[in-house]
Amino acid sequence: MSTAAQTDTAHAAGTNYLNATKGLKSWIFTLDHKRIGIMYLISILLFFLVGGLLALGVRAHLFSPEGATGMSNDTYNQAFTLHGAIMTFLFIVPSIPASIGNFFLPLMLGAKDVAFPKLNLASYHLYFLGALFFIATIVFTGLDTGWTFYAPFSTDRAMNGVILATSGAFILGFSSILTGVNFIVTIHKLRAPGLTWRRLPLFVWSLYATSIIYVLATPVVGITLLLLIIERAFGVGIFDPALGGDPVLFQHFFWFYSHPVVYVMILPAFGVISELVTIHSRKHIFGYNAIAVSSIAIAFIGFLVWGHHMFVSGQSGLSAAVFSFLTFLVAVPTAIKVFSWVATMYKGSIVYNTPMLYTFSFLFLFSIGGLTGLFLGALATDVHLHDTYFVVAHFHYVMMGSVFIGFLGAIHHWWPKMTGRMYNETLGRIACGLVFVGFNVTFFTQFVLGTQGMPRRYATYHEVGDIEPQLLEMFTLLHQISTIGSFIMAAGLFLILFYLLASVFKGDKAPDNPWGGLSLEWATASPPIEHNFEGQPVVRRGPYEFPEIDPMIK
Amino acid sequence: MINTLLANANGATFWLPVQASTFAEVHDPLFYFIYWVCVVSFVVVVGVMAYFGVKYKRKQEGERTSGNRGNFALEVGWIAVPSVFLLIIFWWGFQGFVMYQTPPANTLNVRVTADTWSWSFRYPDGTVSSELIVPVDQPVRLTMTSESGSAQGAVIHSLFIPAFRLKRDVLPDRYTVLWFEATREGTYTLFCTEYCGTGHSEMNVPVHVVPSDEFAERLAALDSAPDGMTTAEWGQQLFAQQGCTACHSVDGSRLIGPTMQGLYGSTREFTDGSTRVADENYLRESILEPSALINVGYQNVMPSYAGRLTDGRLDAIIAYIESLAD
Repeated sequence: MSTAAQTDTAHAAGTNYLNATKGLKSWIFTLDHKRIGIMYLISILLFFLVGGLLALGVRAHLFSPEGATGMSNDTYNQAFTLHGAIMTFLFIVPSIPASIGNFFLPLMLGAKDVAFPKLNLASYHLYFLGALFFIATIVFTGLDTGWTFYAPFSTDRAMNGVILATSGAFILGFSSILTGVNFIVTIHKLRAPGLTWRRLPLFVWSLYATSIIYVLATPVVGITLLLLIIERAFGVGIFDPALGGDPVLFQHFFWFYSHPVVYVMILPAFGVISELVTIHSRKHIFGYNAIAVSSIAIAFIGFLVWGHHMFVSGQSGLSAAVFSFLTFLVAVPTAIKVFSWVATMYKGSIVYNTPMLYTFSFLFLFSIGGLTGLFLGALATDVHLHDTYFVVAHFHYVMMGSVFIGFLGAIHHWWPKMTGRMYNETLGRIACGLVFVGFNVTFFTQFVLGTQGMPRRYATYHEVGDIEPQLLEMFTLLHQISTIGSFIMAAGLFLILFYLLASVFKGDKAPDNPWGGLSLEWATASPPIEHNFEGQPVVRRGPYEFPEIDPMIK
Repeated sequence: MINTLLANANGATFWLPVQASTFAEVHDPLFYFIYWVCVVSFVVVVGVMAYFGVKYKRKQEGERTSGNRGNFALEVGWIAVPSVFLLIIFWWGFQGFVMYQTPPANTLNVRVTADTWSWSFRYPDGTVSSELIVPVDQPVRLTMTSESGSAQGAVIHSLFIPAFRLKRDVLPDRYTVLWFEATREGTYTLFCTEYCGTGHSEMNVPVHVVPSDEFAERLAALDSAPDGMTTAEWGQQLFAQQGCTACHSVDGSRLIGPTMQGLYGSTREFTDGSTRVADENYLRESILEPSALINVGYQNVMPSYAGRLTDGRLDAIIAYIESLAD
């Protein structure tokens, strides 16, 4: 890509997007995609903190069979529900696209901003409003449905927070749709001259696939939650059999959105890994076309597999068989990506810096997360494992071990560009190690818990001891190991928070292109100037032309 | 293989619990097939990654790397080989599912009712039990539904027996069917695995797999105290098994319903303004028709136990509550 973009004028003047204007209002009403990205990043991480503290509460409680913290069952049920709901709706759905994506999509395209800057701001404001509904749920009522809101429990029995929380999720859905529309148009219309589809960074491809799902799937969950609200508030029978409704219908509607949204979460992390593995190995990506096409394939096949959440729910046997088959089909494009990333490292020049350590972690954890999906996709084994801790471990390996680890990799990789500062590399590596070890200790044990039969969403497990004392002994030991792991992981995460904050105030100034990247975001200043580039960048090659072009070879 | 070496005589391994049904015998080989596919795939992917990571570690800045951008044959290969394994796993899993879906003829039919938060099992002769008792080596068919004996609606539960490797959701207003053939005598756990609120984690009961010739005897014995247990002690056991403890404490602390400590003989005040001394008849009526009189300060949420407790069991529970009088 062109390095012709001249940043000198603004550079010399010392202005960038952070200091161009001042005051709180200049942030709240900014149209700059970079500032919106930063606001998303801060909001998302704050909710990650809330959701994470709830998770620590859950883990602490399960340290002993009767519940170690003295929480009542109802309190525990609220804790795990809010952990799941906050992590899903407020953290992981927007996570990488809304923060890193917002910040870097226009930069990678050589554009001044996204196609609809005001829509972008509206999307953030809607996110904020939806978040307020969740905060109100926590403060004023309570929510004990699980994040899945299964009817008829949610419409008939659960605590009063159901309407507040689902309204919040409904609003957050609109935030997702606006981001999706914006990204699709931006990618189609605002690519720099010469930036053809096959020269797009793979992160952009992944955002494109993600946006398709945002736009196509989110309306369905919006309608579903609306129906739930109508049933609960006005007693119209839709899902509750007592009113003549069908509870399995809710599960179909819910998973029609919530399964594709799993790919909303993971695809951007795939995109991040494609960027990180190439730059830090100084290699062209192995199989560019295969990786780009597989993102789109996953986005589409992802719409056809929702029924694999319902093998034992009472749906027809034929549906179950078809959904199982399609589930195995979606494994193929996913496997292609993993193999391609590993192959990219062949004959590379691999540096062991923090972003690359996260890439190694990702490949390790995602392999486990993806492969354990085979047990759940196969019908006969899912009958045993469904709704046990095996499922909990599996989706944490994918959601946290892969999406969140990819997110951390992205933050470390692009931190110098976003803030203009370098973080402490030594602490970065130590924290990455702590998170990796803590994560595996926490969640690998849960695979064994699940295969041995421990159901999920249990506030206590002491009753098991009356029936099978050996089982109770095993459950207790495994839960204790898992809890210890979660606190190791928390230590690592707080360390990251500490050195990243410290870097903002005391970090060394970051160069414009610290890793020697070839995509356009590295061709402007760190931090970027307000309008991203001084002139219009022109692109004459792909984003991974190592080693032919390598800024690190002097 | 390591897992076979670790296996106990009862089929339990590091990964899986006791193997006690014909479905478990179908499930476990598939489980271990997938397991070894995963182990080998993981070792290959992470092994190659680690090898490249060490071999191609950056030795000095600015070293020249390979210009490799792909390899068509390799890419076709790593699509084809996993696809074969995926198809095998799909087909194998489907075969097991066909068995799960199709109960044989001549089963012992047990009707299962789930309520918040207890199970009841009704046998062909009309006997009702809160624990599942089944004869070994005979196919059993569970016809399951969720009901609500209280003012609140019924919710979804799920019946899960890890030793049998089986589960199926239990829904309000319709029947779902689960069948199994137990192969090993013993006592195992039956869990609820669909989240159903406050008492979800206490909704576990024993599954007794008994010799065929003892089965009739065990069913008959459901109506009298086990050997060496007083009626009140048996009542205490039933009080826990029926899920009463989820809402009623026995130590004076307040849960969803009134505590049982000092309840017998006390004067109760009701929401309709009336009062009554809690005697045996009051206790009996309150268990069978809980919504008739609601204690002041409590909600009308308790399900009715009419038809779910035999008279002998009801007497035992009442005897236990009497023993908790001040």
